[in-house]
Amino acid sequence: MEIEKFQYDNKIVKQFAYATMLWGVVGMLAGLLAALQLVFPATNLELPYTTFGRVRPIHTNAVIFAFVGNGIFMGVYYSLQRLLKARMFSDLLSKIHFWGWQLIIVLAAISLALGKTTGKEYAELEWPIDILITLVWVVFGWNMFGTIIKRRERHLYVAIWFYIATFVTVAMLHIVNSIEIPVSFWKSYSWYAGVQDALVQWWYGHNAVAFFLTTPYLGLMYYFLPKAANRPVYSYRLSIIHFWALIFLYIWAGPHHLLYTAVPDWAQSLGVVFSIMLIAPSWGGMINGLLTLRGAWDKVRDDVVLKFLVVAVTAYGMATFEGPLLSIKSINAISHFTDWTVAHVHVGALGWNGFLTFGILYWIIPKMFRTNLFSVKLANMHFWIGTLGIILYAVPMYWAGIMQSLMWKEFTPEGQLKWQFMDSVTKMAPFYAARALGGALFLIGAIMMCYNLIKTVKQGSFLANEDAEAPALSNTFHAHSKDHWHRWIERRPVQLMVLSLVVVIIGGVIEIVPTFLVKSNIPTISSVKPYTPLELQGRDIYVREGCYTCHSQMVRPFRSETSRYGEYSKAGEFVYDHPFQWGSKRTGPDLARLGGKYPDSWHYNHMLDPTSMSPGSIMPTYPWLLDDKVDVTSTVGKIKAMMKLGVPYPEGYENKAAADMQKQAEEITANLKKDGIQTVADKEIVALIAYLQKLGKDLKAAPKEEVAKLTN
Amino acid sequence: MSVIFVLISASLIIATGFLIAFIWSVKSGQYDDDYTPSVRMLFDEDNASQKSETKEIQNKSTKTT
Repeated sequence: MEIEKFQYDNKIVKQFAYATMLWGVVGMLAGLLAALQLVFPATNLELPYTTFGRVRPIHTNAVIFAFVGNGIFMGVYYSLQRLLKARMFSDLLSKIHFWGWQLIIVLAAISLALGKTTGKEYAELEWPIDILITLVWVVFGWNMFGTIIKRRERHLYVAIWFYIATFVTVAMLHIVNSIEIPVSFWKSYSWYAGVQDALVQWWYGHNAVAFFLTTPYLGLMYYFLPKAANRPVYSYRLSIIHFWALIFLYIWAGPHHLLYTAVPDWAQSLGVVFSIMLIAPSWGGMINGLLTLRGAWDKVRDDVVLKFLVVAVTAYGMATFEGPLLSIKSINAISHFTDWTVAHVHVGALGWNGFLTFGILYWIIPKMFRTNLFSVKLANMHFWIGTLGIILYAVPMYWAGIMQSLMWKEFTPEGQLKWQFMDSVTKMAPFYAARALGGALFLIGAIMMCYNLIKTVKQGSFLANEDAEAPALSNTFHAHSKDHWHRWIERRPVQLMVLSLVVVIIGGVIEIVPTFLVKSNIPTISSVKPYTPLELQGRDIYVREGCYTCHSQMVRPFRSETSRYGEYSKAGEFVYDHPFQWGSKRTGPDLARLGGKYPDSWHYNHMLDPTSMSPGSIMPTYPWLLDDKVDVTSTVGKIKAMMKLGVPYPEGYENKAAADMQKQAEEITANLKKDGIQTVADKEIVALIAYLQKLGKDLKAAPKEEVAKLTN
Repeated sequence: MSVIFVLISASLIIATGFLIAFIWSVKSGQYDDDYTPSVRMLFDEDNASQKSETKEIQNKSTKTT
């Protein structure tokens, strides 16, 4: 057999590695800022661009899609070439992929800071960026499958299976969840409403964790851990079972983010069952990783790369043990909406994703630059400071989460709620401070790594094209092919799979989604009315400012919640909510029953300075809402878009909307005037007040019999 | 709630894709050997450039096998 000579492309790996380091620091910096804002509200800087509601999505998007995203591509481009004994399919595609992804990141950061958001967690980016992501993702897939096809190694190592699953599933999730109707270039409404939107969002959200933060990183673990330890993975057979079981189970687990919400019980139970089953493959993977080091634990003592990898795999084990636990309804009743969830995701993000990325970087850079790590001592310091950071982050957050929940649920012997919501906020200060410190330590570690790696790069000489050789893959291999078409499939399984998927998805989406969803938006509670134009504009401001990052709009059916907030939330209340705004965290109280609770002037003063109305509040101030004007010209487009989505405004209403809007705004300004506040009807604050006063109002107006029927 | 049908069908499409991939992988002999792949991936860059380290590993593992 003829030996072919070829070269691995290290340059693209290097680029992704640099991007990983850069965005890692940027993303963690944003996280630190967000953490500090919860301790010192002044750090919101009274600017729209730097308030928590916008910084938090910047942080999550940056660490997930910029830091981990580039980390995935770095690891995939390095390992795929070597596992397949082939250079990447096309240098041009690699280049487009790299620069396209960086462009997306920059656009994302700018647009999120400007408040251009869809209001769906981890999918905040607006539709033009969504399209760009799809295109770049396809380029990535094209490049990857191209390489797989021209491979010189017939067998696909298990890591590659993980990469394939990642590509296919993320594509599907992103497309289905991002279906939205554009109103303008930077504004769109989710196609789905309320319960529907929540289901799609968390189907996406959970699988973003599964197929963006987990499966690609498992692939990386299966490559870099054996490589770094210089020994084969503990059980290759277990890795195969791990892979197939994991991808099968993960896709169904989404509804565990919606336990005790208005989502039907059976859907919740389905999510619970699959989530609990997930522990088996997850731990199979963790055990497989850790046992790879059997008999080589002495190496872990000496090798800093292995230290990072071992803690990463251990953190994966802890997070995937905790995940199924948190999916049990009785535990979720305590943990949901609290900082417990925040602790949980950060064990995964800092430990699993962070440390695995660091380990890979420490291994890959010296190799590509043909030198030794600049300072092993510094890397060891990074390891310890990072580990300490994770612990200092997680422990206070667990403590805080449980404390919050217990305070929210505690009754006095007389049957009254023992604590004001504000008590649970003010008590959090020391925990939030400790968390910020933990995060700062983790960030300092990452900066130390950057310094160390830059020094390593400086002292080494980069090998852009690494020579390699392998025999060509013979075309004569036909394992089981007997007839013609079957053989064709065997030679082109990848194209077939991808093409058929694309075709089926596009067709399915175009046909099914509109017909199903528009019809199902017919209200089930007679008193639930579409938003008035002013309320709709106010709602868009609510979404823009990221209020959902701290406030839920979902009263769960517990005595502690119905006593505090009012009647628990019903599915029929949300039929006009494009997107839904149930939230996932209560740093502030639930807002589902806010309407009518306070006078308009209370909201006005509260947005100007929250502490004036609620002493002890850590909410940012929103002075610009008092000055900025609502863009009245956008109303027509927004109403039209809503009508297209099946919201039953009367025909031709878009033309009357402006008048109605003016009328309602003047009512509110008149109300404010009574309380001595002078403002003009076209200010944003007026629209926001209209929306906040609408929350829960319709259910309160519902006929008693109808509510009783829903309750039973 | 009807969106659940969209999600189920989307999930099933993915699942079917994976099933096809699984059947292909088994039929084409991807899993006939569940030991050598784990070892083979360790030796791939000995001719590339660098250090004597890689050779050592090779020697070590040839001894053990």
